[in-house]
Amino acid sequence: MNTKYLQFLPLLSFLFLWEILSRTLLNPLIIPPPSVVFKTLAIILIGNHPVYFLPLDFLYSLYHYVTGFGVAILLGIPLGMVIGWFRSADRFSYPLIELIRPIPPIAWIPIAIAILKLTHEAAAFVIFIGSFWPILLNTHFGVKSVERTWIDAALTLGVNSNGTMFRKVIFPASLPAIFTGIRVGSGVSWMCVVAAEMFGVSNYGMGYKLDFARGFSPDVVISYMIAIGIVGFALDRIYRYGEKRYLKWRG
Amino acid sequence: MSYKLEILNVTKTFNSEEGEIKALEDVNLSVNCCEFLCILGPSGCGKTTLLRLIAGLDYPSSGEIILDGKEVKDPSPDRGMVFQEFSLFPWRTVIKNVTFGLEIQGIDEEEQYRVANEYIELVGLKDFKNCYPYELSGGMKQRVAIARALATEPAILLMDEPFGSVDAQTRNVLQEELLQIWKRTEKTILFVTHSVDEAVYLADRVAVMSARPGRIIECMRINIARPRKRTSVEANVIREKLLTLLSSESLRIG
Ligand SMILES: Nc1ncnc2c1ncn2[C@@H]1O[C@H](COP(=O)(O)OP(=O)(O)OP(=O)(O)O)[C@@H](O)[C@H]1O
Ligand SMILES: [Mg+2]
Repeated sequence: MNTKYLQFLPLLSFLFLWEILSRTLLNPLIIPPPSVVFKTLAIILIGNHPVYFLPLDFLYSLYHYVTGFGVAILLGIPLGMVIGWFRSADRFSYPLIELIRPIPPIAWIPIAIAILKLTHEAAAFVIFIGSFWPILLNTHFGVKSVERTWIDAALTLGVNSNGTMFRKVIFPASLPAIFTGIRVGSGVSWMCVVAAEMFGVSNYGMGYKLDFARGFSPDVVISYMIAIGIVGFALDRIYRYGEKRYLKWRG
Repeated sequence: MSYKLEILNVTKTFNSEEGEIKALEDVNLSVNCCEFLCILGPSGCGKTTLLRLIAGLDYPSSGEIILDGKEVKDPSPDRGMVFQEFSLFPWRTVIKNVTFGLEIQGIDEEEQYRVANEYIELVGLKDFKNCYPYELSGGMKQRVAIARALATEPAILLMDEPFGSVDAQTRNVLQEELLQIWKRTEKTILFVTHSVDEAVYLADRVAVMSARPGRIIECMRINIARPRKRTSVEANVIREKLLTLLSSESLRIG
């Protein structure tokens, strides 16, 4: 009842404090108060602004995210399963993975631009790098932690090919770890969306516009920040919902 | 008369970091059709190893295992196995665990469910068929494992200390139920245990294993009429004999 609404108290206090501070101690031209920001947010959301139109930028960012993250899922899960299952694949890929993985996704931006120019694909590539590793490594871990007894049980029940073992045992057994990889990967990807767009890898999207508005409209900058935060939050909620739905067997 | 299962001069050596471990040495055992045979042995004597060889999950270093006249090479649903640890697939409900083997054989869904329901009823879990394993007690999990192993209609049921991790009360109930199932399905059962009481209550014959490397040191027939009474005098006499055999064995490694 009351306690349910009580949890929003810190949030409201934060907004209130921000409003007061920006009208007193801070310069409202540098940090505009929330009353101004939310008005701007409403304007760029409904398309009443001559330069900024948030829904279109949202779609571009989403397009970059879906492409990069989608490819990371399509490659990361099967590869993670292969290196998790076949010991030689693990051994041979280990040095390569451990060498490339520590390179931050953002460090790939110059290469992405050099090869793919300022295109959507270049943005998607950086986003792909961001989520590929968490997905690959979590899947790998998931396969490694499949109980020996499940595999033995499946063998005695007639499973006699790797393909069937993957589909019926290893994949479902690793699904919790795969979901973890997807959630972590999605978070990194969303950061990469903003970073890639800010570097001008593509001339569209929420990250690009955020950077573009820097210097003349701080209210627009903060509006885009808020929108980026909300979308990131919503994405995480979607995967959490998926986890709840497909992993209810974990109790 | 020919045997259901024959184990001929089977030896198994593992190569580990600490060098070679001889788990089984020259094991010979013949099991009749529809027999309930218990393998009794001290901890670590190679009971699980022997059962895994029969299941085809591992290969003997030498010797042969022959089921229905054919040498065992690979795992196959004609040898059902109930494992020492809980082995249910946690992502599948009770009924989906039981249909697993039938699904692999490509049997149509309606038939899968018909057969699975039959075996779930046999182990008394009708009301739990849509539960996930995490919702079940240890005893219930092993009942499901038995139903799952029986669903593919194996020629022989291999059970590796299936009631080792349930409480004593439940254990007695499960033993009772297993005997019912055995009578009704007329299966050949190879049941591993380290409990003398369990062996004396369940078995037609008890094969006693030595400490590592495991050998069969004695095969004892239990001629007590069923239903057996756990506290009968004849049961005590056999128990006494088995305990003496075992204690000399555990002294040998100690
Ligand atoms: N894969 C393996 N590699 C190396 N050694 C093994 C392997 N499997 C079993 N052993 C060894 O073989 C011996 C027999 O093991 P096994 O599990 O068959 O005994 P057990 O009689 O089933 O014991 P328990 O009563 O504890 O279940 C043990 O010393 C064990 O360490
Ligand atoms: Mg064992």
